[in-house]
Amino acid sequence: MLSRTADNLFWLSRYIERAENLARILDVASRLANLPSAYAGTSNEWESAVATAACVDTFHDAFDEVTPENVIEFLAFSPTNPGSIRNCIETARHNARAVRTALTVEMWEIINSAWLELQSLSAERLRSGPELARFLAWVKEMTLRFDGIAYRTMLRNDAYYFSRLGFQIERADNTARILDVKYHVLLPQTEPVGGGLDYFQWAAVLRSVSALTSYNWIYRDSVKPWLVADFLILREEMPRSLACCYGNIVRFLDELAVSYGRQGDAQRLSRRVSSDLRNATIEGIFQGGLHEFISQFIVGNNHVAQAITKQFLT
Amino acid sequence: MPFDEMHSDPAGIRSPYRDIQSWLESAPLEMLARKRHEAELFFRRIGITFAVYGDKEGSERLIPFDIVPRILSRQEWQRLSRGLEQRVKALNAFIKDVYGARDCLNAGIIPAELVLQNPSFRPEMTRIRTAHDIYVMIAGIDIVRVDAETFYVLEDNARTPSGVSYMLENREVMLRMFPELFQNNRVLPVENYTDDLLATLKSIAPRSATADPNVVLLTPGVYNSAYYEHSFLADKLGIELVEGSDLIVNGDIVYMRTTEGLKRVDVIYRRVDDEFLDPLAFNPHSMLGVAGLMGAYKAGNVSLTNAVGTGVADDKAVYSYMPEIIRFYLGEEAILKNVPTWRCREPDALAYVLEHISELVVKEVHGSGGYGMLVGPKADKATREAFAEKLRANPENYIAQPTLALSTVPTLVDEGIAPRHVDLRPFVLSGADKIRIVPGGLTRVALREGSLVVNSSQGGGTKDTWVVDQ
Repeated sequence: MLSRTADNLFWLSRYIERAENLARILDVASRLANLPSAYAGTSNEWESAVATAACVDTFHDAFDEVTPENVIEFLAFSPTNPGSIRNCIETARHNARAVRTALTVEMWEIINSAWLELQSLSAERLRSGPELARFLAWVKEMTLRFDGIAYRTMLRNDAYYFSRLGFQIERADNTARILDVKYHVLLPQTEPVGGGLDYFQWAAVLRSVSALTSYNWIYRDSVKPWLVADFLILREEMPRSLACCYGNIVRFLDELAVSYGRQGDAQRLSRRVSSDLRNATIEGIFQGGLHEFISQFIVGNNHVAQAITKQFLT
Repeated sequence: MPFDEMHSDPAGIRSPYRDIQSWLESAPLEMLARKRHEAELFFRRIGITFAVYGDKEGSERLIPFDIVPRILSRQEWQRLSRGLEQRVKALNAFIKDVYGARDCLNAGIIPAELVLQNPSFRPEMTRIRTAHDIYVMIAGIDIVRVDAETFYVLEDNARTPSGVSYMLENREVMLRMFPELFQNNRVLPVENYTDDLLATLKSIAPRSATADPNVVLLTPGVYNSAYYEHSFLADKLGIELVEGSDLIVNGDIVYMRTTEGLKRVDVIYRRVDDEFLDPLAFNPHSMLGVAGLMGAYKAGNVSLTNAVGTGVADDKAVYSYMPEIIRFYLGEEAILKNVPTWRCREPDALAYVLEHISELVVKEVHGSGGYGMLVGPKADKATREAFAEKLRANPENYIAQPTLALSTVPTLVDEGIAPRHVDLRPFVLSGADKIRIVPGGLTRVALREGSLVVNSSQGGGTKDTWVVDQ
């Protein structure tokens, strides 16, 4: 297929995934911010939200103060923030339009109607509490449908693999960023004597990757910070864990190598990241430094994305 | 009174329309309005939009769709399609000659300067032999009707005619919304158009291509007004939709950049105008084209559809010679008539046109899309005088035609069902093996009462076009 088409598919999925992640981040931030401070601790959820979305600098260019209104505006609706939910959907639709022939009709219809609906939503009204929640739910709903439709309707050929790679790379990046921003609450020494204060923080981390219930099923234990880290980094059965994302990335790149009859840096690099994850233990990660581990992963993930771009997309 | 395709019959309703007429009589207006709304939602959801240049508001608009079909009998269609085939054969022979031996110029059939000084004439093409000597593989010939017997050709559109996606989608939406109408009327199918198109494109591949030539569609990109159509066709044909930046020329061979490396391209169905095809040969600032494409074309390693330089036949002054051109190359009389045309470059004609400007339609010879024309009877005095001024200053640039009483077809408008003027654009495919025409075409309708301008950029809509077997 055309490199440009593959590139568009890859980024289309990344933008869709990013829109969903932003919706979750905002959802969790407003949930935590609404708790009495005795439960939520002292951290500023809205600052964390901006940090997780990886746009601290651009935010401060646009706004002086971190207020809930400003953060919601910036992350959800801002036309000037290229990474806002609104712009993610715009860009996704633009990419979809450019590669309509590589999408199934159902995929195009969902993204096009989401875009049309977005045009008709009034940003003024959406900023109020209940409407915002409904908007975020709509975004999550739309992205789930897109993902499901892609899964159910696309031919299993290179178009599908590039689209899946986009989802997985973006998802791994997002999980890593959440861990990176929140790593301090996951470190064992910050667990206060008698516990409990940070429970809501840990629960929030799980919720931001929609994993609170599945955590209970895996560990059958109360929410413990090192288990949260274990869950999101190493457990392959958790679809948003770094290990699971990389298992998929390696698999899809292998499929491409088979269908194209050759492999390159993307395959080699991704296998290295994947085996690092498989060989790691959570004890080892904490000993070496959770923060260092995560930062290193984010860099490694970017290198894999660059290798994919160089090998296939240009 | 203009000819109405449903009602203008001494015996009552014209026969192709009988079933539709009784259906319209019995169908409540609210139901029709609701169906029209549903059709609009359908078109919007699948994204059949077009962009209007210079329009700041919505950069994507829908062409209004009218649910009352436009119907031709099979006999009428047979005559039309014979005429179309004849016309396209002559067009191809003419363009080949113009870039080759120039017999028609030497024989004085058409003034040489009209061809050789035409802005669409491409001297580069005199050194290029196209594969299989075909130039106009796809023609969208505009036809108007004035009475039961008479069809006129309005324009030949030998460059890059658009609108075929509407022909196909209009049928699709009618089949979805009114399946019962297709039970009572034997409507000839049009959906094989895309198969025919692919067969045509493959047939004109260069001789150096493999048995299964690689065909691509070259689009200017998402911002082009017809982008929807480009992606629609690429999808239906199962070919890659490429932009200039996806292609690269190496050693006079065109390649596309793929995820598996470079892949050779044999046939380019290009929806990019001549001027922008190759920055080395034409407009050096073009970002839409491919550097070196003309070199590959000249070397015979790639076929372009339509060929470069076919615009020379699109010129409205050249158009006026079509009856002579047909006679010259085919030794036949034109089956489809030309609209009587005054060439303002001729002093007598100019004098006549200036005198009768309030009765005539005056058009720029290179204009298209309904821009830059004057409809005399509809224009006020000041507009007419301003136009006459331009005409005097640059008469070569204009032709004039009588204001035709275009036929009307019943159309659903706000007040109910009312007659509106229509035209017809059938699509004629010329391959190395044969000429293919699907029965029907795109019917455009001027939705404003009394208006004769059917262009989508000027408030026109479209209808499904039926050829019925009775």
